[in-house]
Amino acid sequence: MIGFSDITKWIHDSLSSALSPGWVLASEFVLAGIAVILIVVVLVVVMIYMERKVAGFMQLRLGPHRVGPWGTMQVFADVFKLLLKESFAPNSVDKFLFNLAPILVLAVSFMALAPISWAPGLQLWDMNIGILYITAVSSIGVIGILMAGWSSNNKYSLLGAMRSGAQIVSYELSAGLSIVAVIAMCGSLSVHDIIMSQADGWWIFKGHLPILFAFIVYVIAGTAEVNRAPFDLAEAESELTAGYHTEYSGMQFGMFYLTEYINMVVIAMIGSTVFLGGWMPFHIYGFDAFNGVMDYIPSFVWFFGKIFMIIFFMMWFRWTFPRLRIDQLLKLEWKYLLPLSIVNVVIVAFITVMKWHF
Amino acid sequence: MENNNNIPIDDLTEEFVVNIGPQHPSTHGVLRLQATLDGETIKDLLPVLGYIHRGIEKMTESLGYKQSIYLTSRMDYLSAHINNQACSLAIEKGMQIEVPERAKAIRIIMAELQRLTSHELWWGSCAMDLGAVTPFFLAFRDRERILDIFEGNTGNRLTMNYITPGGVMFDVLPNFASSIKELLVKVKEHLKEYEELITGNVIFQHRLKGVGILPRELAISMGCTGPVARASGISCDVRKYHPYDGYDKLDFKEIVIDGCDSWARYKVRMEEMKQSIHIIEQLIHNIPEGEFRAKVKGVIKLPVGEYYQRVETARGELGVYIVSDGGNKPYRMKFRAASFSNLGALKPITVGAKIGDLMASMATIDLVIPDIDR
Repeated sequence: MIGFSDITKWIHDSLSSALSPGWVLASEFVLAGIAVILIVVVLVVVMIYMERKVAGFMQLRLGPHRVGPWGTMQVFADVFKLLLKESFAPNSVDKFLFNLAPILVLAVSFMALAPISWAPGLQLWDMNIGILYITAVSSIGVIGILMAGWSSNNKYSLLGAMRSGAQIVSYELSAGLSIVAVIAMCGSLSVHDIIMSQADGWWIFKGHLPILFAFIVYVIAGTAEVNRAPFDLAEAESELTAGYHTEYSGMQFGMFYLTEYINMVVIAMIGSTVFLGGWMPFHIYGFDAFNGVMDYIPSFVWFFGKIFMIIFFMMWFRWTFPRLRIDQLLKLEWKYLLPLSIVNVVIVAFITVMKWHF
Repeated sequence: MENNNNIPIDDLTEEFVVNIGPQHPSTHGVLRLQATLDGETIKDLLPVLGYIHRGIEKMTESLGYKQSIYLTSRMDYLSAHINNQACSLAIEKGMQIEVPERAKAIRIIMAELQRLTSHELWWGSCAMDLGAVTPFFLAFRDRERILDIFEGNTGNRLTMNYITPGGVMFDVLPNFASSIKELLVKVKEHLKEYEELITGNVIFQHRLKGVGILPRELAISMGCTGPVARASGISCDVRKYHPYDGYDKLDFKEIVIDGCDSWARYKVRMEEMKQSIHIIEQLIHNIPEGEFRAKVKGVIKLPVGEYYQRVETARGELGVYIVSDGGNKPYRMKFRAASFSNLGALKPITVGAKIGDLMASMATIDLVIPDIDR
């Protein structure tokens, strides 16, 4: 097994011997930021390739297969195309907000990655309110989307942004409440504690029906929060051409595109951390030989496996379901998911207070 | 501003106009819809036509009768065979040409295959307008195979110009019957897949049921025909009421559903595909032997008079009206296109609905823009 704490300790020691403590902290921040950005960008590249291949096979096509071996270089070709293109702003846009919006959206989605625990000992910032921080930060992104829609001075963009605002604000409630179910049972908001509480079994396999229900609600609400089909009303290609990023081109469009995938990663990471045990291997109580084999698989493989499983589900949804209408979307949230989630949280709270959980 | 409280809430919101089209993913062509929106709700809708007007009717006046048929393929390009058939039938009526039995059978098979391709494409694009991309690719499997048959037998895939006055342009290939038999087996399998993937989908049903309600009276007054009218409970199949090319000898049902909404229009087309397969199956086993084209003069000169022929295209009734002054060119040729009349129903059924409903209604009305403008 790779000891990530050894590597981080070595970096810290070698920096401390050369720099003063303040500079050590500063350079560690920069290094950690670069590391996270690199990991996430690699993840996104893999995801875009995966999305195209999944879509291709679902639609009886091959997907990309010309650029590089099995089409793996297609994503890089596309990114280079976006980088080389002019970031064109139409005449009548609000220049400041127009240019700020993609940066804000992207920055916020990176912020949500801070408290994620990637492997044992590999966590950027184990704050005691980790999950609360992620849910709080990920809601700032909607401001960037509204900004983009408003400043574009385009009616399609504005409609898309308003839809997106209504949608994200609504679905965050159920997503939050479904996470609350687990938090109530394990009694901590810290990402590390939540993962450690699943050492003897992931939360969805512990046999609590409310948690299972919360997981289903979470996947639905999470898909809605990242604006993906069947909840892609903000973009709604056949209705609003491209929604809030209609007027964006070049790398500014690329930033929105990147953000969509990073948000997917974030949603999948929270889902796998809270419900599927984070980097915890799969254990069955009593099967020691089996558990030993499971322990042998590196923890980051477990973590990324779980992330990609959730991401695959999201892709599966996207290429199968038609889009909902805006009123149906809001009805689903406010009339069904939210009341059921509240009832679910009350049940979980009752179980926790009576100490029936394990 | 102090009497704001007395103003009804509707007056405080601002309506704005959005041009949906002429370049828009779900108008499937260059149609412009001037939509007045109040938030997401459509308050008014004005279709603006003419972006692809090519003056086909006027062009026919300077071309001969035979050349005019080539232009009809370019009107409703998804019903090219049926358009050719309509024009040929009108000319045959004037010339009093007796079409050989073999040609009639081939014409019907081709026309029904064309209806099948058109409905397949509609199914894919309808699902795509509602946000599901995969069905579009699934629908293209069968469509490509049918177009391969067209290409093999007629030389073209989209604008075939195969049906001519007196019969058809060429005889069919020896493997015509066997290739279609193989095809139909696949198409039937795939139709079941479509039902499983889309028809049974809850989101899809919610998007179509009770959306775009076109009452029977409105459908009649707008002159709707084809699947759009039949979904409003109007029995109007030209193949039944004014049979041509031997449709009267065939056994098929006219699908009429009294649902009036987009869901009914969807169901009508899905059932029509099955009926088309049924018609082809009756003919494919016994295409009569003999001539594939009657002898027709090199230059057609219709006797002085007026001739009208109506056929059932994939979208509804196509009427061809020819006025002849006895010359080798038509004095006037007028086409009554189904999409043009069906478009008229779009405004009354979408005003008051959401933008998403507009796409659903437009998808189930199944407009072909070059057919509207001609």
